[in-house]
Amino acid sequence: MKERVEQGAASIVMHESDDVATALESLQAEQQVVVRIGEASILMKLKQPIPFGHKFAIRALPAGTEVRKYGEVIGRASKAIALGEHVHVHNLEGIRGRGDQASKGG
Amino acid sequence: MVVATKRAREGEKLTTIQMYKRSNGEFGIRNHLLIIPTVICANQVANRVMQLVPDSVAIPHQHGCSQIGADKQRTFDVLAGTGKNPNVGAVLIISLGCEVIDPAELAREISRTGKRVEWFDIQSVGGSIKAIQHGTQLAKEMRAELDRMEQVAAPLAALKIGVKCGGSDATSGLCSNPALGAAVDQLIASGGSAVIGETTEIIGAEHVLAQRAADEPTKQRLYDIVAAFEAEVTRMGEDMRGGNPSPGNIAGGLTTIEEKSLGCISKGGTTPIKGVIEYAEALPQDGQGGLYFMDSPGNDIECVSGMAAGGVHLVCFTTGRGTPTGSAVVPVIKITGNKQMYERMQDNMDVDVSDVLQGGLTLQQAGEAIWQGIVEVAGGKLTKAELLGHTEFSINRIGPSL
Repeated sequence: MKERVEQGAASIVMHESDDVATALESLQAEQQVVVRIGEASILMKLKQPIPFGHKFAIRALPAGTEVRKYGEVIGRASKAIALGEHVHVHNLEGIRGRGDQASKGG
Repeated sequence: MVVATKRAREGEKLTTIQMYKRSNGEFGIRNHLLIIPTVICANQVANRVMQLVPDSVAIPHQHGCSQIGADKQRTFDVLAGTGKNPNVGAVLIISLGCEVIDPAELAREISRTGKRVEWFDIQSVGGSIKAIQHGTQLAKEMRAELDRMEQVAAPLAALKIGVKCGGSDATSGLCSNPALGAAVDQLIASGGSAVIGETTEIIGAEHVLAQRAADEPTKQRLYDIVAAFEAEVTRMGEDMRGGNPSPGNIAGGLTTIEEKSLGCISKGGTTPIKGVIEYAEALPQDGQGGLYFMDSPGNDIECVSGMAAGGVHLVCFTTGRGTPTGSAVVPVIKITGNKQMYERMQDNMDVDVSDVLQGGLTLQQAGEAIWQGIVEVAGGKLTKAELLGHTEFSINRIGPSL
């Protein structure tokens, strides 16, 4: 992350290689947001309301994609995630600490 | 209360803080009379004595009997380490008389610091009422001795702190943890020591942390302790999610343990990790300071209690959801990056760095505000947790009760 957050920014992308942005305020469905990714900015529309602190996809992520935040892998898309979609426990699963999968031999 | 502002002073050149000098050469930032029950059966007597002796603190706990091996040793180490903590001036140990934790051995171990340690058992004294009377007389006399001590100027480099996060949300990784990391870097640049823990909360981020290991054995040990913990989760056959990240973490926007871990590790700053120590093990004192990793659970109270037993003077604790926890013998400085929570829970929060997320403060300025908070608390200013009487204490168990 840059040393200073842009004043009034509605969201933040922690690293240029990230797949998600984090909402810095509560955002509405259908809301148009400008997301800064490094030096670039993209204008995109949100598919669902995004509560403060929650994540949304800044690119389309096919099911099974490793998803990045802080420039590191934070989990895997458990289903296809569209641009502007809320990214949370319903569509992003952890890869680590999965004793449940180990017990199924998975 | 310290609120970070743009005016946060830059790099104050403080070199000493007023502290209590211990006979082993260590310095304490508080001068506690500590009452230790060796076993749950002595809790009530210990609590009654504490109630009758102002400015004493007791650490009631669930353990001390029906334990063997490494599990018994861990309970002993936490009790002994808490007694040896430099913030403790004197210790009264109250035993039942038949438990597995040996009060005489505990007293001997704590006495190695040179501080006064007294112990007795309830069975020999003749029951609760006599034990409360006997303990109160001893404790009042010990308290009076401590009250005659005066503080002396101690080097800032003597300061040892723990860093912890609990009740995390998305703001923890975005703001309060990296800001705390900046403060830790400043402490270490001043010659001080810091310890970061929570092995469970580096799962998925251990490769990032391992790059900062000072040597190959430390790097390998970081990987090993994470692997050991993850193997335990596999043995239980459960997904960590729901336990960690917890329901509150998830409501706050954290989705997986990897995401939480990657946000957690920044609170340790950017300096090399000089070594990995055991839960409740004393921080190495090579006179050089630096950052260490303690192999501890993520559980807030168990982790902070382990750090206190390791000899830290205070713990800096970031939180986004908000938590009131304190600790028996060390001040806990509460830091948040969540403005709404700060406004709701000001009773419990010491430092607000949420302005980082509005673009009003840089992380460096927020780190400066935390550093200022550390220096003030080390100099005697009471934390919110101390003002409210929060003295939480908990011992990590690694074996079954017999």
